[in-house]
Amino acid sequence: MRKEMDTTLEELRHLVSDRAIEGETMLLNMGPQHPSTHGVLRLLLELDGERVVNCVPDIGFLHTGIEKTMEAKTYTQALVLTDRMDYLNNLGNNLCYCLAVEKLIELDVPERAQVIRVILAELQRIASHLVFLATHALDTGAMSVFLYCFRERELILDIFEMCSGQRMMTSYIRPGGLWRDVPAGFEDAVRDFIRIFPKRLKQYSDLLSGNPIYLSRAKNIGPISGPEAVRWGLSGPNLRATGVDFDLRKSNPYSGYERYEFDVPVGSNGDVYDRYQMRLQEMGQALRIVEQALDNLPDGPVRSDNRKYVPPPRSEIGTSMEALIHHFKLWTEGFSAPEGAVYVAVESPRGELGCYLVSDGGPKPYRAHFRTPSFCSIQAIPTLVRGFLVADIVAIISSLDAVLGDTDR
Amino acid sequence: MSQVERAVQALQAAFKDKVLSVDEFRDETTVKLDRDVILDACKLLHDDEALQYDFLAALTAVDYWPQEPRFTVVYQLYSIPKRVFLGLGVPLQSESAEIDTVESVYANANWHEREIFDLFGITFKGHTDLRRILMPKDWEGHPLRKDYPLGYEEVQFSFNFDEIDDRKPYAKE
Amino acid sequence: MGVESKLGNMGVVTTTLEQVVNWSRTRAMWPMLFGLACCAIEMMAAQASDYDMSRFGMELMRASPRQSDLMIVAGRVTRKMAPVLRRLYNQMPDPKWVIAMGDCCSCGGVFNNYAIVPGVDEIVPVDVYVAGCPPRPEGLIHGILTLYEKVKAEGIKTWS
Repeated sequence: MRKEMDTTLEELRHLVSDRAIEGETMLLNMGPQHPSTHGVLRLLLELDGERVVNCVPDIGFLHTGIEKTMEAKTYTQALVLTDRMDYLNNLGNNLCYCLAVEKLIELDVPERAQVIRVILAELQRIASHLVFLATHALDTGAMSVFLYCFRERELILDIFEMCSGQRMMTSYIRPGGLWRDVPAGFEDAVRDFIRIFPKRLKQYSDLLSGNPIYLSRAKNIGPISGPEAVRWGLSGPNLRATGVDFDLRKSNPYSGYERYEFDVPVGSNGDVYDRYQMRLQEMGQALRIVEQALDNLPDGPVRSDNRKYVPPPRSEIGTSMEALIHHFKLWTEGFSAPEGAVYVAVESPRGELGCYLVSDGGPKPYRAHFRTPSFCSIQAIPTLVRGFLVADIVAIISSLDAVLGDTDR
Repeated sequence: MSQVERAVQALQAAFKDKVLSVDEFRDETTVKLDRDVILDACKLLHDDEALQYDFLAALTAVDYWPQEPRFTVVYQLYSIPKRVFLGLGVPLQSESAEIDTVESVYANANWHEREIFDLFGITFKGHTDLRRILMPKDWEGHPLRKDYPLGYEEVQFSFNFDEIDDRKPYAKE
Repeated sequence: MGVESKLGNMGVVTTTLEQVVNWSRTRAMWPMLFGLACCAIEMMAAQASDYDMSRFGMELMRASPRQSDLMIVAGRVTRKMAPVLRRLYNQMPDPKWVIAMGDCCSCGGVFNNYAIVPGVDEIVPVDVYVAGCPPRPEGLIHGILTLYEKVKAEGIKTWS
């Protein structure tokens, strides 16, 4: 445990300017434990007074080795690990992984399951944006927004708990569909939420959008142009705030998104205020999708009945021999996927979340790589903070909505 | 002719026998290239007016130990105006696990390549800042290689609970 | 002299010194922000209005270890983060307590590989373990109340 963890100037010589080595500018460590770095992110700042000359992010404090662990588990067991990557977008991670597995094994998902997947993914998007709003407002000084946002988030977490028994790590979306059908009170709970939420959304907007203190902390802070953002691999609301209209739900739709009517908000400036506005409006659009999906919820099964990949219901096991054999095979060995590699990308609240799955014909993924949006967001931090004040760093990082579990995996 | 076919044809026309194979699996196209041409291929796909592959969606590697070629570095490119993906793969031998960096074309390749160096040990020629990113800086070994152990702790059942417990380091104060 | 005379004037029966000090330690224990991963979100939810933690005296979460008594380790501890955690624990002044919130810091949790420290008790001595992945806010509050029971039972000889 007594490893030398301090960074020496020698290691950073190629990254900091000559003025730091001469002592003209100051090198400051914004350590992994910090209230405003949104997780365990370490920033080495080179400061000229209060202005940032350069910034070197240091990540890896939450590297959990999920990709290597997945190689040792079957496809269904590996699903449980995906919840814990981007821990604000649990169902979205599940969805991305399940779409990749289903593409690999060519498994069809019934209609009802696809619609419920969309409802849950959009509710998860709203929950994630609520946490963004809470922490972003907290960082810029508005503390009461934090309490309001978490109040709404409790409603969404109650819906998740109703379906799966767990508030966050639900593992509810499984290859082939869902774990089980939604319970009886699901539709009423979601309709209640749809009824309550628009007024609350207006409350948040009133609290922050016209507030002169917030505007002075957010307008023209950390701007980035469209082509520059594309070069740095930004996606999602961060990219749309710069004016580039790129949303995977519209351009490469999955899970039935082409059937729903919704707008994709696009900004102009690419600064902190635009990124905040993107997410605020996205919450309203997500609510529209949830309402449309709920109105058109078809009846039917929620899991594919291909017994080679999906376990049979418990009632069948007592009566049918094949069901027993399928159950046994799935629980001991797991299903095998054909040899090949697929890449599936979905639109997570942070940007493009992609899963690259390689199979060698066995029951375990040979290589599972997740292209996570926060990895690219944090990489772009030096470009965004250069020239701004130390207090602006806090606003910029929170506006990027980067989750360190997503970055480090 | 679809966008993807256009891109494949452009690559084949420019690099002829350096294009090792073109695979299609589940409606996805992957072009395997020789490692000498990867930087030029990326420049071609990025700059060409008709192709416009301006977004590097994913950059990762796969370890096929003990087969040779041992590594395959995989690029997933996306064209935002044309809305299509294209996959590129570069096989590498284990003795010469190095490849050109595409940092000059796609800026976000910087950290992706650092991650591949950290977890697989593949070096990138011309990279501005090749050092470990996810593991601690004095870590030995490259964790995601197939010959690196998972490093798990033995499970404590009731029969071996005490003997494992005595070996575990506990902080006393 | 001092405390006893003041309390005597207000008509409060003076209790033993242990009970008073332990009671006061529990009434305003300030946690240090050590949210690492998913459990941190549930800790924030416990701090918010639905499962209010400020009714237990934990209104503020101090970021600085020098001004806090309780370290709630919330989330998975990696080998890269372990020295940082130990250094912050050393910087906290006595008396200090540690709650290991969640499965990952209690025993490694879902993960069992090269990168995760299997249990934060390899690095710092833990007082209360809260199970769950992530534990519900009520679970965390139960853990805090268990810690209070433990603190109330401390004797003068065990004060550091």
